[in-house]
Amino acid sequence: MSTASTPASPQKKGGLSDIRKVFGGGQSSLRQFGILGSLIVIILIFQIWTDGLTLSPTNLINVVNQYSYILILSIGMVMVIIMGHIDLSVGSVAAFTGIVVAKAMAEWNMPWPLAILLGLAVGIAIGAWQGFWVAFVGVPAFIVTLAGMLVFRGGNQFIGQSTTTPVPQEFSFIGAGYLPELSVPLDFNVLTMLLGLAGAAWIVWNEIHLRRTQKKLGSEMAPVWVSVVKVVVLAGVILWAAWLFATGRPGTSFPISGIILVVLVIVYSFITNNTIFGRHIYAVGGNRLAATLSGVKDRRVDFFVMMNMSVLAALAGMIFVARSTASGPQDGNGWELDAIAAVFIGGAAVSGGIGTVIGSIVGGLVMAFLNNGLQLIGAGADVVQIIKGLVLLLAVAVDVWSKRQGGASIFGIWSNRRKARLESQGPTEPPAVAPTNVSNESSQPADLPR
Amino acid sequence: MSAQPILEMRSITKEFPGVKALSEVTLTVMPAEIHAICGENGAGKSTLMKVLSGVYPHGTYTGEIYFRGEEVQFKDIRASEAAGIAIIHQELALIPELSITENIFLGNEIAKRGRIDWAEAKIRALDLLARVGLEEDPDTQIKHLGVGKQQLVEIAKALAKDVKLLILDEPTAALNEDDSEHLLDLIRGLKGKGITSIMISHKLNEIEEIADEITIIRDGHTIETLDVKAGGVDEDRIIRGMVGRSLESRFPDRTPHIGDVFFEVKDWTIQHPQVPERLVAKGSSFNVRRGEIVGLAGLMGAGRTELAMSIFGRSYGNYLAGTIVKDGKEIVLKDVESAIEHGLAYVSEDRKQLGLNLLDTIKRSIVAAKLSKISKRGVVDDSQEFGIAEEYRKQLRIKTPSVDVGVSKLSGGNQQKVVLAKWMFTDPDLLILDEPTRGIDVGAKYEIYTIIQALAAQGKGVILISSELPELLGIADRIYTVFEGQITDNIPASEANPEALMRSMTSAKKKANA
Repeated sequence: MSTASTPASPQKKGGLSDIRKVFGGGQSSLRQFGILGSLIVIILIFQIWTDGLTLSPTNLINVVNQYSYILILSIGMVMVIIMGHIDLSVGSVAAFTGIVVAKAMAEWNMPWPLAILLGLAVGIAIGAWQGFWVAFVGVPAFIVTLAGMLVFRGGNQFIGQSTTTPVPQEFSFIGAGYLPELSVPLDFNVLTMLLGLAGAAWIVWNEIHLRRTQKKLGSEMAPVWVSVVKVVVLAGVILWAAWLFATGRPGTSFPISGIILVVLVIVYSFITNNTIFGRHIYAVGGNRLAATLSGVKDRRVDFFVMMNMSVLAALAGMIFVARSTASGPQDGNGWELDAIAAVFIGGAAVSGGIGTVIGSIVGGLVMAFLNNGLQLIGAGADVVQIIKGLVLLLAVAVDVWSKRQGGASIFGIWSNRRKARLESQGPTEPPAVAPTNVSNESSQPADLPR
Repeated sequence: MSAQPILEMRSITKEFPGVKALSEVTLTVMPAEIHAICGENGAGKSTLMKVLSGVYPHGTYTGEIYFRGEEVQFKDIRASEAAGIAIIHQELALIPELSITENIFLGNEIAKRGRIDWAEAKIRALDLLARVGLEEDPDTQIKHLGVGKQQLVEIAKALAKDVKLLILDEPTAALNEDDSEHLLDLIRGLKGKGITSIMISHKLNEIEEIADEITIIRDGHTIETLDVKAGGVDEDRIIRGMVGRSLESRFPDRTPHIGDVFFEVKDWTIQHPQVPERLVAKGSSFNVRRGEIVGLAGLMGAGRTELAMSIFGRSYGNYLAGTIVKDGKEIVLKDVESAIEHGLAYVSEDRKQLGLNLLDTIKRSIVAAKLSKISKRGVVDDSQEFGIAEEYRKQLRIKTPSVDVGVSKLSGGNQQKVVLAKWMFTDPDLLILDEPTRGIDVGAKYEIYTIIQALAAQGKGVILISSELPELLGIADRIYTVFEGQITDNIPASEANPEALMRSMTSAKKKANA
């Protein structure tokens, strides 16, 4: 990088901080940047290791099908964890919902759309039950959901008599279906490509909108080249992924479960970032007392966040049942741990208040590609588990360690070191403190030089 | 009595980053006497005791400590305990789930090769309990004892360590009169048995009654040591020592424009949330006029914060009785949300615990208490949020490169400005400011005062809770004093002086005449 040869100065804010802006340089996305980097590295390593198998259309479709329900769970889980709670019951709730829906269709001949509504209703009911104990009785969520884990696992096996219950063919499309082929004489899936184009267009529009707002408000703007690079890279990745999905085995394209996931990610990112409810989640998770003294009804937030988690667990359970075309007594075993791991790898804090939906999805993808890649190279389930466990420990340890160093992420430490090195090279220069380089994590207040 | 002092602290200086908490403080304590230390909140009393007991280890302060004729350099509390110094803190350090015996010998267990001899421990505990005059089964769990009895267990615990010098930090602050009396008797009894006590207390009548000598500390300096036995020392004499400082022109000029009474609290009575028999507010009545800055003076534990928070949507204690009248109408504030809706704002004394979410950015913090103002159907308008935050940044001169910066990065003064902005954004009619200048430097204080005065000039009412009497005298138009949950006086600031305020803050002799 060119900055290495030029002395650092307070005026120059280019280089690293701009590059970070390519990925949306806000405070919270700083942390995700490191995780996103890890994800890319993991994918590239396995891409080479498996001779290009990792990024083949068939494998990508496989990853989406196999992990969409864990990713859906991690959307709800990150909200629970931001609140400072935990939900251990999601796997059991998913299994319980699965058996109820399967039985409803198999034995009462309930039409599948109605069965999906029934499944969501089951999720709402279970969520209200758990939310009640957490929010209004004050039982720690760990205990409530540990109880839920036992109760609903038992409930699944009681209703299903510990055997599997098959579901009708039509139902399975939400878990194993694909975007349909249009009768157009093109040798790729047109709908998938249209979806990709829409995504790319949204990226472009979003960036233009962002720059316009920033200009109107007179806030600090990234240089134009940063925006261009950002848009080109993101849109390129989306279009390339769409192309891969569209050109897979005939009859396959972007999975329906993936579409459900994408919609949920968009909706929940919006909720957590742009709504009053979302703000209240962060407020209560960050400092419950201060939030209450600002008029936030913390118990209500507790209740709805716990409830929401169970609804998403019910949805994940239905997608899983649809994919495996039957509901079984061991469905969803250990999902809670995968979802929790995804959230923490994605940068959430154990003490609450920190975490994002996108971060958790990236964290979940790290787990997914790790799992998938290890399977592709023929590692056994034992080895996969060991490595997953170590990755979780490492990811959080690096995070904790970097917080203690006052850096926001591995990247933050790296850039701070660079800065220190640059400063020591140019002793006459005053210390450069670019605001975006300062970490968000140290709780020690400090005077900012102005 | 020998002329050799048991304790001598010579030119103790202790600095914290940016603040000199103690400056050349000297303290001489004679054996078997009760030595009181008096001073305003923040004068440095507790810091001095922490230096003495090794909480601040040797090397973090300058000066020498001589204990029983030898120089001592404590590296932690255990070292000072081993030498025979025990400190009993304001917040009791007992473990509620353990029994009296277990607590007395905690960290000092009677054991042979790691095995605790419970029979011996119980016998010793019974003996210690008899010495402090506490008739309880030593197997009783601490949580079943009242605060007064817990205090006695603390003293028994100190006696178990063969204490020579007992330090009591506000021992009677949480006690009722009977328990206080019993405790003071006990301290006198210990004196008879040769145990020296150092006592920090805000209750001057107690000090006058019990102390042999009084050392007064003000702004980190030793002012004087008064010999009570020699006579001529009364509460007025102590108060003069405590507050005797000139008021510098640290406050911006202002001509108040005071309107009619618009906010009134009548017979406000509040129960302590855990200890129902304790009333933290007892029939308090006060009022605020438009454009008026009303001071609330009181020592720590007097119940100022509790009073303010209970009014602010019952966010503290259990409501027993009382009414709030605003603009001629009685209002009921059942929760914080309704308090905000009725135009109340409460800026907490504890910025970090109760005022801010330190993980959040400046702009998000500023709008946090009234998101509905910039939202449509539950969706927050980001660009409006940014614009509002920018406005407050300029108006209150919050020093930051951007409102997207996390509040944890700001200095105390700037954090406080963010909190003020947050509450100004709710368009309050009445702002309750609880120690708004605590822990911030002089320059920032001046700016905060300017903001407070500007708010009053807009016709808002301001209640200013402060432990600094000069601040109240410099800023407020009228001052209420609070003592033990009661409002004891109501003085126009122009007629008030520190001595009179301190008198009303330390006794309930005078009644409010609102």
